[in-house]
Amino acid sequence: MSINATLIGQMITFALLVWFTMKYIWPPLFDSLEERKKKIADGLAAAEKGQEEIVLAEKKAKGVLKDAKQQSSEIVNLAQKRANEIVEESKDTAKKEGERLIVAAKAQIEQEIQQAKEGLRKEVADLALSAAEQILGAEIDKAKHQDIINKASNQLG
Amino acid sequence: MSTEVHAAEGATGYIIHHLTSLHVGEGFWTLHLDTLFFSAVLGGLFLWFFKKAAENATSGVPGLVQNFAEMLIEFVDNQVKDSFHGHSKLIAPLALTIFCWVFLWNFMDLFPVDILPLIGSLMGIEYLRVVPSTDLNATFAMSISVFCLIIFYSIKIKGPWGFAKELMFQPFGPWLLPFNLLLKLVEEIAKPISLALRLFGNLYAGELIFILIALLPWYIQPVLSFPWAIFHILIITLQAFIFMVLTIVYLSMAHEDH
Repeated sequence: MSINATLIGQMITFALLVWFTMKYIWPPLFDSLEERKKKIADGLAAAEKGQEEIVLAEKKAKGVLKDAKQQSSEIVNLAQKRANEIVEESKDTAKKEGERLIVAAKAQIEQEIQQAKEGLRKEVADLALSAAEQILGAEIDKAKHQDIINKASNQLG
Repeated sequence: MSTEVHAAEGATGYIIHHLTSLHVGEGFWTLHLDTLFFSAVLGGLFLWFFKKAAENATSGVPGLVQNFAEMLIEFVDNQVKDSFHGHSKLIAPLALTIFCWVFLWNFMDLFPVDILPLIGSLMGIEYLRVVPSTDLNATFAMSISVFCLIIFYSIKIKGPWGFAKELMFQPFGPWLLPFNLLLKLVEEIAKPISLALRLFGNLYAGELIFILIALLPWYIQPVLSFPWAIFHILIITLQAFIFMVLTIVYLSMAHEDH
């Protein structure tokens, strides 16, 4: 139980242990702890930054969406206007075309009436001639009586 | 002491046998081989474990060994930061060494009191005390080392004259110089003595109670030794912790200039 040289031996052992711990054990472990702390802190900061960026991006996206909506509604309005214009234009064109067709048809009808009248006149003249021939029983000189025939046919017109 | 051992038999003989160190030499130059051996082995265990953790130390995901080592490092570091405000490369590793080493010493107390001496006796070793902290030499070796550090840092930080002034002029001013000196010297010398005796006393008493329980009939032993062992888990940790914290406190006092 007495104090003896064991004390000195123990002190030497203790000194060696402390020296070894100080030199080879504490620094690497402590450094790795500090490094991890820093890593975690950095990670947290990055996460926070990311979150902020997400908020910003959302805001931006909302703005872009709003712009796009506005633009699209403008485009739709324009298109509608244009469509209306086109419809009006085609209506006008159709009306004009119709009128033109009517006019053309009327002219053709008129022409055909004239042609029919001409034909009829000719036929009547021929008929009258042949009737007169038969009545007179003799051939009438066409050249001589052209005037009379013409008169008669004019009366028809 | 060896004569007593041979003289006494029975219960007293058993107790004395258990409290006798394996020693060589005479007088002051006696060496307690068991204390030296076990504390060296335990110190080696401590170094081996932490070296292994330190070699594989990574700031990424730590393994099991590193995790445990870091837990202890962080724990010790917090204790140091709480009471010591200067900057020192020595104090934290010193505190870690003290805590782990003392804890391992004390832990030897939880081995059944007879098992290691029995193994020893089979190998022809007559006496074996397995708990280094029940040896005053071990506890005093540590506390005297700490005391030397206290004196060293006091002189280093405050200067020889500053330290001398603190011894002479505090706490009552220069007119009560002898009284101050006496108070201060007692205060300083009480530090290593109380450190060593507190650890020694607690563990010696704990070991003695285990030995006494071992003397009882076998069917009573578990009823007593089980709760005592559980309680002892608290004591061994607490004593290691106290030794460490007081060392930190004393060294931070040495660093502070009044």
